[in-house]
Amino acid sequence: MIDQLLFLLEVVVAGLLSGTMYSLVALGYVLIYKSSANFNFAQGAMVFFAVLSFVGLMELGLSFPVAFAATILLMMLLGLLTEKLVLRPLTNQSEETVLMATIGLGFFLEGLTQATWGVEVRKLDLGVKDVPITWIADNFKLLISALDLVAAAVALTMIAGITLIFNYTKVGLGLRAVADDPGAASSIGIPLKNIMFFVWSAAGVVALVAGMMWGARAGVQFALVDLALKALPVLIIGGFSSISGALIAGLVVGATEKLLEVFLGPMFGGGIEGWAPYVMAILFLLYRPEGLFGEKIIRRV
Amino acid sequence: MSAGRNFPIGDPILELKNISLRFGGVKAITNISFKVLKHEIRAIIGPNGAGKSSLLNCINGIYKPQEGTILFNGKVLDGISPNVVANNGVSRTFQNLALFKRMSVLDNIMVGRTLHTTSNFWSVGFGLPKAMKEDRENREKCMEIIKFLEIEHIKDSPVGKLAYGLQKKVEFGRALATEANILMLDEPMAGMNVEEKREMCRFILKVNDEVGTTIVLIEHDMGVVMDISDRVVVLDYGKVIGDGIPDEVRSSQAVIDAYLGTSHD
Repeated sequence: MIDQLLFLLEVVVAGLLSGTMYSLVALGYVLIYKSSANFNFAQGAMVFFAVLSFVGLMELGLSFPVAFAATILLMMLLGLLTEKLVLRPLTNQSEETVLMATIGLGFFLEGLTQATWGVEVRKLDLGVKDVPITWIADNFKLLISALDLVAAAVALTMIAGITLIFNYTKVGLGLRAVADDPGAASSIGIPLKNIMFFVWSAAGVVALVAGMMWGARAGVQFALVDLALKALPVLIIGGFSSISGALIAGLVVGATEKLLEVFLGPMFGGGIEGWAPYVMAILFLLYRPEGLFGEKIIRRV
Repeated sequence: MSAGRNFPIGDPILELKNISLRFGGVKAITNISFKVLKHEIRAIIGPNGAGKSSLLNCINGIYKPQEGTILFNGKVLDGISPNVVANNGVSRTFQNLALFKRMSVLDNIMVGRTLHTTSNFWSVGFGLPKAMKEDRENREKCMEIIKFLEIEHIKDSPVGKLAYGLQKKVEFGRALATEANILMLDEPMAGMNVEEKREMCRFILKVNDEVGTTIVLIEHDMGVVMDISDRVVVLDYGKVIGDGIPDEVRSSQAVIDAYLGTSHD
């Protein structure tokens, strides 16, 4: 009985920890959505681009911190160029237009990344192994991966930081104002282009960190682009515009998919964690389309 | 009006000299000149399409007049744009509300202060605690404005849910939060009932009297305009057809003609 309970606990903990990694990816989407009310299809490609550039720079002989800093600068440059070349010319265009532009940007980044750094799968060693921590295993009989734990800590720190910026600083207020009504924001003098640059840079840094965490586990490869799509059900469940929603939905998805896999999986022949989150997302779309924490749509007639 | 004011009317704070604005062949404003004095309440009136809002847009830096100069405190601003004008202490409200509908009343008013503080945009990333302290101070200032406008009970409601009159009040609050020297109000009482208008007048007079803010006001309600303004400028077809204290304007034949029409017999 105790063994079974421990096993259940282990599954839940592993699910929650990997859930924070979903949250981290979702956070990148939320950042853009919250400040421009647009879904950024290029986010997955940005994850791929960021982490492969980081690994590539290390292969060129840069040390870990130097490569990290250089990649952050690179992502800021990408943010700057995106604002100048893609977003600014599309100011005041319909949301669909900008959405299509992000799809294009995604394809471009995927191509650029592979043309620059090649297509083979790279290993990324963060110095933390994806193996159970012996101290916890010995004392609590729980198998918890060290990498999971580190990734969760990093994800939570970033989420907390970004929440504080959004809710308790004037820059965050400016970001929300722009998302709410770009026209009104610019008419009272909020500098739109700074805001867009800031947000896309921040989303780039989040993409880098998410890519490093996922890359360390699954290898740095093109499949990261698809992994980033796992953030979609997280976004739908959490609500596109809520940072805390992304966190909690990530946890919910992580834990639920692991539990379903372990207890219901055998009935379906296994592998249900691949699609269970999408079923949850569909249920949410049907019954609570704004998600757990999204803003209710206000319409005055 | 001017007897016993806390802030007696002073020198010109805003001066328009021979402003003309054309959109293609359409003359929106033709050769307009007038002065706004420090601490006064200056109304701009005129029939629809007379060029009142266009004039505010020129002062604001949104439109660039083809001719003429605008002096703030006796100086011409270089590279005039909404940002530059805002930083020189001019704030305004819009005829069609420019509020953030999904954000709370408090947040909307806070946005006004966002512009007021000029610390570096990037400092947030490097000094989160400092940025949060600044945010707290701004919040307190905005709560004072909310108390002043008597809208405490709705401070957390999303603005989009509020009645039109209340939204107008919030926009006024946001303009106040900038602590501007000149407040330009474009039809602040449109769509309000008598009670709400009376209240709004009280707030405008109070701000003018207690803070000394110079007010430039566009309003259609003649009762309101004649009651609270120190001086009134009247536009018609983009030209000044009257300028003076309310009584002078009221009795001017040109103004009466513009509003009532002239007989052509």
